[in-house]
Amino acid sequence: MLASSGKLDRRELTAALLADRGELAVIAGLGAPAWDITAVGDHPLNLPLWGAMGGAAMIGLGLALAQPSRPVLVLTGDGEMLMGIGALATIAVKAPKNLSIIVQDNEHYGETGMQETATRHGVDLVTMAKGAGFQRTMFVTKPDEVPALRAAIHSGDGPFFAVAKIDAASKKLVLPPRDGSIIQNRMREAILGPSAHHQL
Amino acid sequence: MDADAIDKAPDATASWPDQIYDLLKKHGIRQVCLVPDAGHSRLIKRCLADNEIVVTTLTTEEEGIALMQGAWLGGDKAILLMQSSGVGNCINMLSLSQIHRCPMPMLVTMRGDFGEFNPAQVPMGEATQPVLEAMGTVVRRADTPEDIAATVDATIRMAFNTFRPTATLIGQRVIGAKTFGKD
Repeated sequence: MLASSGKLDRRELTAALLADRGELAVIAGLGAPAWDITAVGDHPLNLPLWGAMGGAAMIGLGLALAQPSRPVLVLTGDGEMLMGIGALATIAVKAPKNLSIIVQDNEHYGETGMQETATRHGVDLVTMAKGAGFQRTMFVTKPDEVPALRAAIHSGDGPFFAVAKIDAASKKLVLPPRDGSIIQNRMREAILGPSAHHQL
Repeated sequence: MDADAIDKAPDATASWPDQIYDLLKKHGIRQVCLVPDAGHSRLIKRCLADNEIVVTTLTTEEEGIALMQGAWLGGDKAILLMQSSGVGNCINMLSLSQIHRCPMPMLVTMRGDFGEFNPAQVPMGEATQPVLEAMGTVVRRADTPEDIAATVDATIRMAFNTFRPTATLIGQRVIGAKTFGKD
């Protein structure tokens, strides 16, 4: 799972996190996390975002509060998480047990020319999450830590926040469906059944 | 409400905050997200006292747009309460509603509107309706107490029946502009 840089391979990490996913619903932040969850297998319980930078964690919160018995994972990048960093405070206060946020941190804005993010310069998202009030956090750099990271997503003992340092190399683009109404409604139907489309 | 506060709350005898609460119940609103606001203070208290409503206090209003998306994905109806100045924080995030065709009703109390004393409130107060409309939001104003319930009802119905962002702007004329005793 290590790239030649000695850091985790983002796509292998994503595949490991989503293996045997069960009822897990996944919100993927725009850019590489959205391509990653699609590359490891498009799924009705995936909501890959094409935009709304900074919003992924809060979408996860709204979903986790609506479906408290279903595990919800927000998988996003360091740039996206930094843009909506206040959400960590909002989420920690609501403390949904079924919500996990994992930041795949390559210390760069990968979609716009690999400019460095703040995490490249010492900003520590795990410490920020702890400061916001997250009781359960992880900082992952090695493959042998990934099984525990995956287990945390399904533990129902959240809210959980983790940073996984990943190799910065970009991967082959694997694009999710582009019509947002399709990806929304297929997730709603997967969660709520056919009645999702008849709700008044 | 602190009588010396800069922001104004509805008069204690006003019935419209309770009418809005009744509408939230009638429409089965399960999640209410908000940035605290004097105009909505009584409604917020009623929501907080209701165990069937999940209230999320946000650090910035755009979080509420994203939260409404997630709530809808999970089958919950949600609504966002804010002040006009918070609308500016929502603009890019409102793209979620158009992309995903997601109901996003908003109740906005106006500042920088009728008789405003604070220069800092005026730019966003003037821009609130145009920028919401620029992002595809159906906007209706309520400028008298009697208009509020019907307008909020329409705003909630239109959001959930037609899958789009909608907003009721509650005019400052209803709540009153602070005068600092200079009447």
